[in-house]
Amino acid sequence: MNENRGVVWLGSPAFPDAARRALKDTQLRANLKRATGTIRDKRLAVASELDDWEALRDAAAAIKKRTARHLDRYLVQVERSVTAAGGTVHWASDAAEANRIVTELVRATGEREVVKVKSMATQEIGLNEHLAGAGITAYETDLAELIVQLGDDRPSHILVPAIHRNRREIRDLFAATMAQWGQPAPDGLGDDPAELAEAARRHLREKFLRAKVAVSGANFAVAETGTVVVVESEGNGRMCVTLPETLITVMGIEKVVPTWTDLEVFLQLLPRSATGERMNPYTSTWTGRTEGDGPRDFHLVLLDNGRTDTLADTVGRQALACIRCSACLNVCPVFERTGGHAYGSVYPGPIGAVLTPQLVGVENAASLPFASTLCGACYDACPVKIDIPEVLTHLRAEVVEAGRSGKRLPTAEGVVMKAAAAVLDSPRLLAAAQKAASLGGRAIARGGRIGWLPGPLHGWSDTRDTPAPPAQSFRSWWRANRGPEGKERAGKERANTAPESKQFGENEGEDR
Amino acid sequence: MRIALFITCFNDTMFPGTGRAVVTVLERLGHTVEFPQEQTCCGQMHFNTGYRPEAVPLVERFARTFAEYDAVVTPSPSCVGMIRDGHPVLAAQYGSPALQRRTAEVAPRVHEFTEFLTDVLGVTDVGARFPHKVAYHPTCHSLRGLRLGDRPHRLLRAVEGIELVDLPAADSCCGFGGTFALKNAETSGAMLADKARAVLDSGAEVLCAADNSCLMHIGGGLSRQGSPVRGVHLAEILAAVEGGAR
Ligand code: SF4
Repeated sequence: MNENRGVVWLGSPAFPDAARRALKDTQLRANLKRATGTIRDKRLAVASELDDWEALRDAAAAIKKRTARHLDRYLVQVERSVTAAGGTVHWASDAAEANRIVTELVRATGEREVVKVKSMATQEIGLNEHLAGAGITAYETDLAELIVQLGDDRPSHILVPAIHRNRREIRDLFAATMAQWGQPAPDGLGDDPAELAEAARRHLREKFLRAKVAVSGANFAVAETGTVVVVESEGNGRMCVTLPETLITVMGIEKVVPTWTDLEVFLQLLPRSATGERMNPYTSTWTGRTEGDGPRDFHLVLLDNGRTDTLADTVGRQALACIRCSACLNVCPVFERTGGHAYGSVYPGPIGAVLTPQLVGVENAASLPFASTLCGACYDACPVKIDIPEVLTHLRAEVVEAGRSGKRLPTAEGVVMKAAAAVLDSPRLLAAAQKAASLGGRAIARGGRIGWLPGPLHGWSDTRDTPAPPAQSFRSWWRANRGPEGKERAGKERANTAPESKQFGENEGEDR
Repeated sequence: MRIALFITCFNDTMFPGTGRAVVTVLERLGHTVEFPQEQTCCGQMHFNTGYRPEAVPLVERFARTFAEYDAVVTPSPSCVGMIRDGHPVLAAQYGSPALQRRTAEVAPRVHEFTEFLTDVLGVTDVGARFPHKVAYHPTCHSLRGLRLGDRPHRLLRAVEGIELVDLPAADSCCGFGGTFALKNAETSGAMLADKARAVLDSGAEVLCAADNSCLMHIGGGLSRQGSPVRGVHLAEILAAVEGGAR
């Protein structure tokens, strides 16, 4: 079943290996640091100017929670309202079915080209590749998506898919590739942002004017009226949803909001969280078809693709509340270093680490829930208050359990964890282990520091010293000085003076 | 008030001086501290690495060991986070109703050391003297987990002779993350490199935090670079009376 779901890029290495490779790319790291740092500061500034920011977050989380609980009802309501407004609703259980539906709809128009609005759902299902296989060319019209498409590249960020590229790289790419796809880049193109945007505008304008079919995603669908909403910055999406004759929207089933009043909450949160703007430049809304205005045909494809499975998990389901603002990516210290490609999924960063394994099954993305220090920056930034660290630890347990039930032989880590649990559940064994660690650690230490550690610990010791364990653990000190009851010498030792740090750099090698 | 020290397995084994410092400060303030010998570990490593069933006996042990105390004080924010957030999850998932009840009863009486001083005892000046240049690193569990806010700063500002300096990008994670530093050692190392640079840029001679695990991580990086900056747990600064008692 899962091979029909897409989401992950087949053949991607596990996160630690992909990250190791990405970390070596100093250009990438510089690009990421600059880009995420800028968005982070802007987001903080505009979020903190609203007094009711926290109340908005609470409201958003509550709306998403309630909607998820009654999603069956709201989806049927969407179908009814869209149909009543002259649109057609299709249900797709997985990526393969969604691709088939869209391909047939395009074929029925007789066209061999479509223009696209930036959309995560169509990336998730691999629509462009599927259409190409059917002889249909999909043109991405979002500037960053265009950069990714021209570079035959993969997106590395939800909102800024080309965040891993800098201006110079983009200039070179435009100059080298635009001509193969249509309107070439002007001669002598520079790397000034305005110049690059102008080149993209001219390249895309030709496509908009020619296109008869457009494919979009959706940020929201309002159940009460059947209105679909796309939020964007560039206006290219607006062109796509208004100029062509046929519009096909692919939307994950979790994008439904019950009413316009609910929508209002998200329209305040999304732009501030996403681009750090008070309001995004273009918000397009459409309800079915309108005679003499916009597309003559409207199709809405409702995509499940693992979402109802996710919904069944009472802890994991909160990931479905995501409004794809990318705030969690921009504040994530791991994403900032590795970039998005290391996650091997169309959904990178913290949200990707919790969403991807749920959509495709934890056994197919087992390294992702561990791609985090659980620092919690994502949770604080998330406008819909998804407790990403909570879901991460929840999924880690699922990964371990899946490994246990799937394999006869326990892993080395499993053996260590079991042994550690036995030691830690016994004060006597713990004391013995402390003695052994102290003796062993001090035997290999030089000047109070341990430089090199064996086996799985070498990754740690490559860049970090470890302090030698002290001669006496706290519990043995207590026994020696206070007795088992702990009260004998209390008060006599009040004159304890200087800090007795066993951290680095002080009184090296002494017993303290 | 019967006060128990929960030293945590990590501090017990690696940083006993921190435990002695907690005892020193509390006794200086006129309290008696007990150390229940049956205590071991909160189960955080197992929980965070996905080994939940293995952590359940540790949850039981914790609830049993500390049931009779009015206050349980611990110098480890991440362990407090585990007790408050992780123990109820494990008790609900694997434990009996009795364990759920006992876990819920003990958790509100568990206090991180700076919380205990400022919120429960209501003190900020604990009579310490520490004439050094100190940068404070708010670890992720202190900052975003327990939301310690300015409690550590209030305590530090009351220390005689201390010179507090700002740590650039203080709220960024140091890259430790428990087993993350082993599973994703290189990514962790990249984060550590930035944190170590920030510490050096701060001009501090001492790096202070409320959690020894992050201090050991950052200190391990600084030590490898040959830096003389040393990590000192907040409790040890508060216990210090360098140059004689005030
Ligand atoms: S998880 Fe939250 S912060 Fe991250 S993209 Fe989704 S809504 Fe934004």
